[in-house]
Amino acid sequence: MSAALDPIRLRAKLAPRALAGGALALVVFAALNVAIAALVVSGALDDQWYDFRDLGLGVQQLREWLDGRTADQPGWLTDVLRSTTWLSYIVTALLGATGILSFVGGVLLVLIWVERRLIGRIQVRRGPNRVGPFGLLQPIADAIKLIQKETLIPVGADRFMFFLPPVLVFIPGLLVWAPIPWAPHMTYLDTNVGVLYLVAIGSLATLAIFMAGWSSNNHYALLGAMRTVAMMISYEIPLALSLLTVVVLTGTAQLSAIVEWQSVHNVWIGMLLPLTLFTFFFSSTAELNRTPNDIAEAESEIVAGFHTEYSGMKFGLFYAVELGNAVAVSALVAALFLGGWSLFGLQEWVPPYLVFAAKVGAVYFVLVWLRGTLPRFRLDQLMAFAWKYLIPLALVQLALVAVEAALLRRWEGEGVVAFGGFILVNGLFTVVAVRGWARFLGYAPEREPLLRPMLTTGVGGIEAADRMRTR
Amino acid sequence: MESTGVIIGFWALAGLTVGSAALVFVARNLLHAVLALVLSFMGMAGLFLTLSADFIAMAQILIYAGAISVLLVFAVMLTPLASRDNGNSLFALPGLAIGGAFALLLMFIAVDVDWPELRGAALAERAFDDTIAAIGRSLIDRYAFAFQLASALLLVALIGAIALVREDSER
Amino acid sequence: MSLSVTLAHYLAISGIVFGIGIAVALAKRNAIAVLMGVELMLNAANLALLAFSRFGSAFAPGDAPLAGHVFVVFVLTVAAAEAAVALAMAVLVYRHRETIELDRITLMRW
Repeated sequence: MSAALDPIRLRAKLAPRALAGGALALVVFAALNVAIAALVVSGALDDQWYDFRDLGLGVQQLREWLDGRTADQPGWLTDVLRSTTWLSYIVTALLGATGILSFVGGVLLVLIWVERRLIGRIQVRRGPNRVGPFGLLQPIADAIKLIQKETLIPVGADRFMFFLPPVLVFIPGLLVWAPIPWAPHMTYLDTNVGVLYLVAIGSLATLAIFMAGWSSNNHYALLGAMRTVAMMISYEIPLALSLLTVVVLTGTAQLSAIVEWQSVHNVWIGMLLPLTLFTFFFSSTAELNRTPNDIAEAESEIVAGFHTEYSGMKFGLFYAVELGNAVAVSALVAALFLGGWSLFGLQEWVPPYLVFAAKVGAVYFVLVWLRGTLPRFRLDQLMAFAWKYLIPLALVQLALVAVEAALLRRWEGEGVVAFGGFILVNGLFTVVAVRGWARFLGYAPEREPLLRPMLTTGVGGIEAADRMRTR
Repeated sequence: MESTGVIIGFWALAGLTVGSAALVFVARNLLHAVLALVLSFMGMAGLFLTLSADFIAMAQILIYAGAISVLLVFAVMLTPLASRDNGNSLFALPGLAIGGAFALLLMFIAVDVDWPELRGAALAERAFDDTIAAIGRSLIDRYAFAFQLASALLLVALIGAIALVREDSER
Repeated sequence: MSLSVTLAHYLAISGIVFGIGIAVALAKRNAIAVLMGVELMLNAANLALLAFSRFGSAFAPGDAPLAGHVFVVFVLTVAAAEAAVALAMAVLVYRHRETIELDRITLMRW
């Protein structure tokens, strides 16, 4: 390696320039923020289509114009618009679909890089850093590579059913995004069965994964598919139970109304129901096939699981859907448990969709963190955890929340007192139930660790790496 | 039910439902038949949506396309030596005849009877907008006993299924 | 020309699917395929119930028009229970006779 390309020296050379650039960006950002805050305070933006805090407003006005509802005098244009009211549905639907698709596509391109860099950082290596500045163009290079590759079809494969699954997993992967509330008036599919829709969409991928494994005519693929299907239908139950708990508490299955509930009561459901948050998060990592539950494609056990035989862009589609679903689950956790677009009043100042995006990013970071640090569960452990641990606890929590919700409907005092009580009761229940049930099932945590944590301080780990670097 | 969207949607979904249901009969491979069955369930869920039964449509996708189809697939996988060609039995022709006769009879009844149905404006007025709350309320109010019975049935079926397929060595 | 979709349309579709279900249930050799036919029949019944619930004018104004929906919920429950037990039986029969072809399960014929 030539000296000019040595990453450490390159970084030393680029550091002052990067610092200056960063400072400049910060100044511009601060100035923009001050200007925006001034506009917001002066009230000049309220209820105008260019009120960027609420993109739904602009769409609403566009729709009214397309319906011909805004013009007082009927001219020929108004006449045409009034006779074609279906136009407004098509235009707004296309706008929403374009928005969602471009968001998902853009996020996929960026997050492949973010995830690999973050995991690299966690595992004390560099991650992709060759293609473009900081390796930023790596996802594009990967995509080009995947498109170029030949798609092989194994001998004896069921050709039709081999072609279908990459497409079939892609459809729910996009449909999941429809009911997610981005901001008060920004929901693509604001249906009152939103939560049920999510569960239904989530259950569709199971069959596609099974088809992929079966049609490949490969033992590893079939094994991986059977493992995945067993795991996914097991974890659908705690997932549905945790969603049901949220629905019982808020009294609605409409996602935007759930976020609205959290905003009105100034409370996050994640605080009220920590156990439910954990159940949902853990079960969705199982549905996503991500570490610690990635037994579907456990590389060290069954090559690549159900997509062993898929090559080229077919594999690329599976990979993209997996990543996109991870972001979708982050969005769901943010909306259902972390208050969605609401941030205790700050959403009046900052555009709510930015608040939401920040929360999604935070949850996604936790997902990457888990992937970078945790080992994989064994299959039997995973199934036992779902059936013996998560489902009973989720059921008890559901009964508790039903009582609490009934009390909340009759409560006439301060909301703070009620929610404080709920936080106390549910927090206490979480600690007692988790410890007590674990003890009942015969699991006792190690009191004295047998091994000192060598990895962080000894031979490997970040501190050791730092010491080696500075030496 | 006179808007163009509903009419196009109805005919497209009806075609999908009936076509893939017929594929279940025609398919030469059992797993292809399962796939066609799922497609038919999805079309049926779409038809439910045109009847403004959103809760039932979602439950249909969840239970049929998500759960029962996976059960079927598992059953196919657990019987590896059985034939998977989706072949017909000795009663193929009589079965087809009886099925066709039933279909014709039901279609004749559907078309011939003068149903006391709502039409036009009265029908549009009756669009259910929040079925989920109403169904939930009637399940714990008016149909509470039936609801209990159904849950008892589910429990019995769960235990029964486990008891049936349990291996002797596990006892 | 009236193109509107009426109750009769839905009932006709329901009838066709029911007929196909009967044909599949009667004509197929594999027990699992027979079960698929039964599921199709239940589905067709659901469609008819929902169509009656949507179009029916027999309800008094204060009466619950969602009775059909509630009935469908029960049908879905029964279908799930039935599928679980029937498939368990198919697996059980397979364990004893290594086949689930109904033509060849003739132990109780005479």
